[in-house]
Amino acid sequence: MSDTNRGAARGIVLTHGSMCFGMVDAVLKITGAPEDSIVALSNEGKGPDALFREVSELAGREPTIIFTDLFTGSCAFAARLVCRDPGSRRVVFGANLAMLLDFVFHRDLPLDDLVARLLEKGRDSIRALEPAPVPAADADRTLPG
Amino acid sequence: MPIALYRVDERLIHGQVTVGWGMRLRPTRYVVVDDALAGAEWEQDLYHLGAPPGVELTFLGTHDALDALAGWQGSPDVTILLTRDLEHMLQLSRGGALDGAEVNLGGLHHTPGRRSVLPYLFLSDSDFARIRELIQAGAEVTAQDLPGSPRTPASRILEG
Repeated sequence: MSDTNRGAARGIVLTHGSMCFGMVDAVLKITGAPEDSIVALSNEGKGPDALFREVSELAGREPTIIFTDLFTGSCAFAARLVCRDPGSRRVVFGANLAMLLDFVFHRDLPLDDLVARLLEKGRDSIRALEPAPVPAADADRTLPG
Repeated sequence: MPIALYRVDERLIHGQVTVGWGMRLRPTRYVVVDDALAGAEWEQDLYHLGAPPGVELTFLGTHDALDALAGWQGSPDVTILLTRDLEHMLQLSRGGALDGAEVNLGGLHHTPGRRSVLPYLFLSDSDFARIRELIQAGAEVTAQDLPGSPRTPASRILEG
């Protein structure tokens, strides 16, 4: 993990309601990543100006990736405004836990490489269970409990 | 069909409007009335990203909106009209254009000088005065963030 590297990116998880707190909590519990490597910010009770200010202040001047829950809406709107002149900031819309887990282990990658990697990880983690026929030998088995 | 919703909401095109109200009212057109936004193409582009596919989104200044208002009110299209502050809605009410209309307060958040009325509604003294002026202009003012939420009448809002 790259927590001591000066150039390591920081993550801001910006979502509607309390989703961000749950996501960040899960990342920290699963990975043991430093608490300041990824932080949560909710849009709850905030107007556009207040949300823009909070995201800007959190992003600061360090390399930052802002993860939003949706491609549109007030969180995505604020993220786009903050990254109007992107510099060392990037936005990833539609964040999921798989990409956030990958993020904390690869924060020292160049930002554009990191974003490309996270998109791939995030997309790859979205799957459906493919229905498969139950083998005849298992047809009579019941589930435990 | 008349304009289905006149709403004051700082966030303009966002989930509560496009999903919460949009799924209920099925608008074919959103109109944002705002003098600054009417000339800000880059910001308009951002809002367009949040508009549902196939739905028209128009940005107009107050003057142009007043000219177009009767057309929207008499159009078969279902329109949701949005302003991000009370001042623009009040300007639209000039000349009785909102007489009999219900104005929905859906999202004005905390800033210095505003006090809490509802969890999603913070108002300054100037905002309270604008609400009274809207009522004098014939509008019914209520607060309701989502269709399924309680509808708060002006009498309660004005208690502060």
